[in-house]
Amino acid sequence: MTTDRQQFTGSMRFLHWLMAATVLTMLGIGVAMVTSLGEYHRLVSIHRPLGILILILVVIRFVNRLFSTLPPFPATMSPRERSAAHWSEILLYALLFVEPLVGWGMLSAARYPIVLFGSLHLFPILPHSVMLYAALRRAHTLLAYLLFLAFIAHFGAILFHTLIVRDRMFSRMAPWRVRAL
Amino acid sequence: MESKSRQLPSDSTASTKKQTALLAGRSRMVRLAGIGVVILAVIGAFLYLGGWFSPHKLTPVRFVDEFERVNGRYSGFRRNHAKGVCVRGFFDSNGRGTRLSKAVVFRIGRVPVIGRFSLGGGDPHASDELSAVRGLGLQFSLSDGEQWRTAMINLPAFPFKDPQAFYDNVVASEPDRNTHQPDPAKMAAFLANNPETVRALEIIKSHAPSSGFDNSTFYGLNAFRFVDAQGTWTPVRWTLVPVQPYEAVGATGASQDKNFLFDALIASILQHPLQWHLILTLGQLGDPTNDATVPWPEGREQVDVGSLTLDSVESEETSPARDINFDPLVLPAGISPSDDPLLSARSAIYSQSFTRRAGETKEPSAITPSDVRK
Ligand code: HEM
Ligand code: HEM
Repeated sequence: MTTDRQQFTGSMRFLHWLMAATVLTMLGIGVAMVTSLGEYHRLVSIHRPLGILILILVVIRFVNRLFSTLPPFPATMSPRERSAAHWSEILLYALLFVEPLVGWGMLSAARYPIVLFGSLHLFPILPHSVMLYAALRRAHTLLAYLLFLAFIAHFGAILFHTLIVRDRMFSRMAPWRVRAL
Repeated sequence: MESKSRQLPSDSTASTKKQTALLAGRSRMVRLAGIGVVILAVIGAFLYLGGWFSPHKLTPVRFVDEFERVNGRYSGFRRNHAKGVCVRGFFDSNGRGTRLSKAVVFRIGRVPVIGRFSLGGGDPHASDELSAVRGLGLQFSLSDGEQWRTAMINLPAFPFKDPQAFYDNVVASEPDRNTHQPDPAKMAAFLANNPETVRALEIIKSHAPSSGFDNSTFYGLNAFRFVDAQGTWTPVRWTLVPVQPYEAVGATGASQDKNFLFDALIASILQHPLQWHLILTLGQLGDPTNDATVPWPEGREQVDVGSLTLDSVESEETSPARDINFDPLVLPAGISPSDDPLLSARSAIYSQSFTRRAGETKEPSAITPSDVRK
């Protein structure tokens, strides 16, 4: 089964695309809601539970990754590219874990109720301090923009490899099964 | 972290074979350009969503900037209703609200409340004026950990139908550089553009303010949806009606003292607990829920759902209420926003005001801890 080893496992691909969709949606909702008067409430009410879902998914995904065998890097990647890819993956995991935690933490520090649905709400994870809230609120914006930049770099690298180097990089993570890579 | 398998490939042969696929020449340029376009389009979409291409759209940031430009910027204070004093007490629910809303707060029982009385305006050291808008922000802490926050004022109608009208009014009321007075022509133009404000101001004028905070009626003004256990909802506006008897201004005589309204409030709360009844007014089909400038017709069913008691008072400097954002959309399950455009706008703008003041050093309040101990 040497061909199979070239593609990420089914569960890894499923989690990858589920998170890609939710995270991009979250970035869009985030920047749109803070500039909107009319849609602010509707959007922030989606933003909180969807952000917590991402936090849960990233933990599942990370554990899943630890217990999975990863396909080797394609031969077309130089050692420098490999190390860049490796560290950018670490950065993406870290951002996807820290960003929702900061969202939860900042609302905790301000003692907002952290409402998910109806009467379901989360407990606070930080002590009450509005100064802490203000710092985390800034960090939440900064990390979101960093996350967007990391996504652009990731997306650009995949496009470059798939379309220019033509090493079928995309097929490794394709949502469907690719037999011969 | 790096899994072993990723280091495995002994790929010298594979590498030469795959490298031949690398595009060159013209088609390489075309594809590179295509990639560039796609990346720019994604970045453009992100910036578009973030409002980067709509520099004139009214946003929470621009609204609060305008408050600061016209009123000044006071470190650590609210950008509106800046002057205030904090209170505590409880709400005794009589259970009559449960037929309209499943919210836990309406079950029979007592719920702790923390609040803040305030005067409208962005200057935290302004002298008290009888004509200034009186505000009351409240936070009910429900037994299941939910919260209900509300910010009410003593006006029977709100002068602005939407955030744009409020914004235009702030712009029009900016004092002229030379005369230090608002330009009457600008205000007249604003009123001509906003006939609903003129109508609301007439209603407001017909309700003379009472002598103090303690005998003021506080109006929620915005409509909400009260949702019962079956999921059916009723349009509701709420009001706090004082148990303290109405006293007209002048009966006690307006003092010239800078803090006379707050001082009187402190004195009366230190003497005896203050009480209000929470009255729900039920809207009927056709009553506007999206326009706080229009009161509902007389004779709508009213339900007294319980009484609010405020029995202690504190300076902002020592009370946690200073650091609360009385966001009108912090609601328990069983109360939902209506289609009133003010509600989401208030939530967004209060959040922006709160975020700014949260990160600033907190200057002393006009009402100090020693004022409250007198
Ligand atoms: C991966 C997850 C998340 C992403 C990508 C994300 C992204 C964003 C972005 C882009 C903004 C706008 C920042 C700005 O322009 O100032 C924002 C604001 C915000 N986020 Fe998140 N967020 C995430 C998770 C969360 C979570 C879990 C919560 C809370 C439970 C949360 C609560 C908020 C709040 C309350 C605001 C600001 C609202 C305001 O200032 O009025 N976020 N987020
Ligand atoms: C679009 C319309 C409105 C705008 C832009 C606006 C703006 C503001 C701002 C910026 C604050 C300070 C928030 C903070 O830093 O915590 C505030 C506080 C307040 N507002 Fe409004 N407001 C609006 C409508 C209303 C309405 C309809 C009411 C009454 C029903 C109201 C009552 C109050 C009260 C009582 C406070 C003080 C609450 C406290 O003590 O924290 N406002 N408003």
